[in-house]
Amino acid sequence: MELSSELKKEMYWMMLLSRRLDERAWVLHRQGKIAFHISGIGHEAAQVGAAFALKRGHDWVTPYYRDLALMVSLGLTPEEFMLSLMGKAGEPSSGSRQMPSHFGLRRVNAVSHSAPVATQAVHAAGIGLAIKIKKEKKVVLTTIGEGSTSQGEWYEAVNWAAVHQLPVIFLVQNNQYAISVPPEMQMAVKSAADKACGLGLPGQMIDGTDVIAVYEIISELAEAARNGKGPALVEAKMYRITPHSSDDDDRTYRSREEVEENKKFDPLLLTKARLIDEGIYTEKDLEDLDKKAKQMVTDAVKTAEEAPYPAAEEAAYPVYAEEVPNA
Amino acid sequence: MAKITMRQAISQALWEEMERDPKVFILGQEVGVWGGTYAVTKGFYDHFGADRVRDTPISEAAIIGSAIGAAIAGTRPVAELMTINFAFSAMDHIVNQSAKMHYMFNGQMVLPLVIRTVGGGGRQLGATHSQTPDAIFAHFPGLKVVAPGTPADAKGLLKAAIRSNDPIMFIEHATLYQIRGEVPDGDYIVPIGKSTVQRSGDHVTIVTYSKMLELSLKAAEQLAKDGIEAEIVDLRTLRPLDMEPVIESFKKTNRAVIVEEGWKSFGVGAEISAQIYEHAFDYVDAPIKRVAQKEVPLPYNRNLEQMALPQVEDIIKAVKEVL
Repeated sequence: MELSSELKKEMYWMMLLSRRLDERAWVLHRQGKIAFHISGIGHEAAQVGAAFALKRGHDWVTPYYRDLALMVSLGLTPEEFMLSLMGKAGEPSSGSRQMPSHFGLRRVNAVSHSAPVATQAVHAAGIGLAIKIKKEKKVVLTTIGEGSTSQGEWYEAVNWAAVHQLPVIFLVQNNQYAISVPPEMQMAVKSAADKACGLGLPGQMIDGTDVIAVYEIISELAEAARNGKGPALVEAKMYRITPHSSDDDDRTYRSREEVEENKKFDPLLLTKARLIDEGIYTEKDLEDLDKKAKQMVTDAVKTAEEAPYPAAEEAAYPVYAEEVPNA
Repeated sequence: MAKITMRQAISQALWEEMERDPKVFILGQEVGVWGGTYAVTKGFYDHFGADRVRDTPISEAAIIGSAIGAAIAGTRPVAELMTINFAFSAMDHIVNQSAKMHYMFNGQMVLPLVIRTVGGGGRQLGATHSQTPDAIFAHFPGLKVVAPGTPADAKGLLKAAIRSNDPIMFIEHATLYQIRGEVPDGDYIVPIGKSTVQRSGDHVTIVTYSKMLELSLKAAEQLAKDGIEAEIVDLRTLRPLDMEPVIESFKKTNRAVIVEEGWKSFGVGAEISAQIYEHAFDYVDAPIKRVAQKEVPLPYNRNLEQMALPQVEDIIKAVKEVL
């Protein structure tokens, strides 16, 4: 079934807004205004396509730190993202107790992860278990980088979900680098999706720069999982256009030529070209949208800069449930 | 009130809580069809079904990690780790995740999670089946650590733990399952974070918990024959630690011996004695003594194992030294 123009426009907007937010984060870091940023530039098609495939706010998500576009698609606002970068009061993931990009947004069933990688996959299996016990029609999407699929816990989570037929989609975002280490140093198979055959669930590799393909495939798998058909493993391939994080200098492990070559597969540019091709947008429309996105980002930065820091006494709680309001 | 074993008391608490609240479920290795490694969940599988008494793969990280996920999603998991020694395979989920989630995510969710596990030596199970690493878990803010020494406390504290919204390490002792004691029927709750006086006396304060309570009570009986009356404070919960009964007792006796099964270095005794010095320095009449396990991995051979574990005689000797 051909997707509606409206849906394509909406997905493009989320990709665009996330890109401009991400770019501004780099600028803020280089200006010394924020301590840390971890980037998802190049991942937008996979993340937006996957988010739109969910019943957002109904299904669950356990994301990882590169999932800005996924979170923006779920409802994280530009202001909230900027508050988190600056460690300001009212930041929704943690009240600025946790590093930026450890996304959690209870209002849309997105659960934050901790710093050791792959833990979110196990939490997703547990949420899947609860869904099954409560007999709900929901799915959990959990995302991860290809490098983190080397972790024992990732295998434990996938195995557990497969044994118990839990409604979990394991989405691996293979961006060709785990900080500096390429996939062939992480796994002896061509794709993380190949690991599925050893664990007893369906696995497939998809083009992570094609937002519509990702949307269609994840939609189908999500609906199957909601209806008790069990988990699935998907690897979406893309290229990490930026360094790993604001603390990383990627010139030490990859050439500028390689990065430039791969920018041809920038999902934002590919999607843009497609929308023009299909007559959904004109160049002028896209310029206007870009202006709008940039203005929103600027406004969000201003709001966050003017926002207060958390009060000092907030450092003391909530360690235990009795300190959690409305627990 | 009935006289039952610690195993029955724990089993009763679990059963009653599962009957009371359909959100409570059990997961772990061998908990279902087999009825649990220590037979605590015997009969549960047939009564509550496979969904609520779930046999898991041999994946400690997945057991605790998925219990965390299930707790976040609105259930109340009781995860069983076959022994506390295997908790180290799930350590990331226990300390980096469960202990920190309320704080790190600013109370967006609560984590009603009980980790039932078994610690302690004395069954000739060797170095990696016999540890008492309770103090390690008590080190982390965000966790609660409970270790009962009587059947009544086991029942009351486990019921409190299952109803709590915090992640709780509930540490049972491998050699206490057979001990018997009076246990109130029905809805009996012992609040978490309350120490209690198990024996009154005026001459010395013995601070202890779990298996070492049994040994301390035996030591006190023998000391009484020499006219020495020991007061025994049972901590029951290591975190949050209730020092009030300890300090109150110490102000009366001015002497203390702390008895723990784990290693002395950086252990429970170190914490308790430091707090006594902090809160009751003016009442100290003798240096505080600690009785603990020898600083070796626990050996398999029975004689060697018993040499390494604290004994009743060690407690009596320490008490006589502080008097």
